[in-house]
Amino acid sequence: MTTATFDAIARRSLAFEARAEFLRMLRSPSFVLPTLLFPPMFYLLFGVIMNIGRGSFQAPHYLMATYCVFGVISPGLFGFGVTVAMEREQGLLMLKRALPMPSHNYLAAKLAMALVFAATIVTTLAVLGYFAGGVRLEAGQWIQLALVAILGVAPFCALGLLVGTLTSGQGSTAVANLIYLPMALLSGLWLPLFLLPKVIQAIAPVWPAWHLGQLALAAIGQPSAGSALGHVAYLAAFTAVVFAIASRRLARG
Amino acid sequence: MSTDTVAQLAGVSKRLGAVQALDGVDLSIRRGEVYALLGPNGAGKTTAISTMLGLVAPDAGLARLFGADPADLAARRRIGVMLQTAKLPDTLTVGELLALVRSYYPEPRSVADVAALAGLSDLLDRRYGKLSGGQQRRAQFALALCGRPELLFLDEPTVGMDTQSREHFWKAVRDLVAHGCAVVLTTHYLEEAEALADRIGVLARGRLVAEGGIEAIRARVGQRQIRCITRLTEACVQAWPDVRAVERQGEWLHIFTAKPEPVLRELLWADTDVRELEVRRAGLAEALNEITREAA
Repeated sequence: MTTATFDAIARRSLAFEARAEFLRMLRSPSFVLPTLLFPPMFYLLFGVIMNIGRGSFQAPHYLMATYCVFGVISPGLFGFGVTVAMEREQGLLMLKRALPMPSHNYLAAKLAMALVFAATIVTTLAVLGYFAGGVRLEAGQWIQLALVAILGVAPFCALGLLVGTLTSGQGSTAVANLIYLPMALLSGLWLPLFLLPKVIQAIAPVWPAWHLGQLALAAIGQPSAGSALGHVAYLAAFTAVVFAIASRRLARG
Repeated sequence: MSTDTVAQLAGVSKRLGAVQALDGVDLSIRRGEVYALLGPNGAGKTTAISTMLGLVAPDAGLARLFGADPADLAARRRIGVMLQTAKLPDTLTVGELLALVRSYYPEPRSVADVAALAGLSDLLDRRYGKLSGGQQRRAQFALALCGRPELLFLDEPTVGMDTQSREHFWKAVRDLVAHGCAVVLTTHYLEEAEALADRIGVLARGRLVAEGGIEAIRARVGQRQIRCITRLTEACVQAWPDVRAVERQGEWLHIFTAKPEPVLRELLWADTDVRELEVRRAGLAEALNEITREAA
């Protein structure tokens, strides 16, 4: 409803908006603890301590990539879903719309927050993979993995935004978890898909997390299915469609 | 539109579901005045303010802020807003919230000035969630002042404030108005409207049914109130001609009438021991009740 303005004030304000968004999430234990601790914990458990690898399957490598993807979903899905649902319900969004907040900054600040958390998660897993899992990669592979995982936050920001416009503040965490945990399992992010039933392997290409997982595996030279171009196209289309629906719902209030 | 008008609704109608929330409302806020928008719950106050702020698009008519569309960021950079319902993030400090809202404006007030005006100077490092209800209201007021607004929207600003905070708040609003800031105020506390407002608009069922200074609003009601201590019962007094309503508050009896003289004669004749007798014109509360009852 507000006209798009991105002048010097709006650009400077975006830095404040992003900083405020990051700080408030960083100070929310219910967000920050599961987001930053679960991926490294699961990785250490399944990838390093239990080391389920056998034959040519390198568990520390494979699972480092898939837990990066598992990790970056959370700041998108919860960082958008829960905050947008709360702010709609509790009137903060309305106040910011009445105040002269430049309208694009609302979502841009949340995206910046999600990217910072995603980068933190990827760095943590890379350090654990190198020192605890003995993972050795070319410099280019590390960079590719980081790019895939960090940029891969976008489709889950869109999905989180949709959850935020559909649920109440109270219900949003539950709904986000109901999407997050089953999708991670069904996409082969917790355990490699070949350990799961055939039917789960067959439907995996439905989930955006599976496509991002395959890109992450391909980035570090692990066996993966499908073509990189196909995965990118799926994720781009998913992001565009979900974001279009969600932002229309958000604008209608 | 006159250049003295800072905000305006012109023939604004808005339907929300089955309810006609606003029905052809015309009102203008002039530079430097305090305009109190009053009326019972559901009368359309919130919708009127939301329309002026560009949060709600009118079905018919026009909303203007400084002569521009309220959705226009340039127009909204000249206002400050305090909404009744907004809950701010608990985990940010007052200082961080001020820094964020200051960044929305071209020439914001300094943090120190805002904090002093709102009475928050010793709370800047405190997290919003750790503030008392009254302190949170003061923090919300502080956010409304960040941009040196020429027009301030205050929606039920003193709900949850103690008496001392409220006095401080009124003084701060008077200071701002003395420096040329206009205010649109909604409140359930009529003493607040009486203390601050230059003009009052009364909404009932989506229509602006009365508008003017406080004395003019009171004078619209011919009703007088007789107040006394008497042994007569309410039912007995209610039966007299010209008595519109009777209320008992402890030992006091309140009699509402358009013709006080015959009622007084009756009263003095019926109870020769009547004490503390007082006759006055209706207060703002009674005037509003009467005006909105007529409109229903």
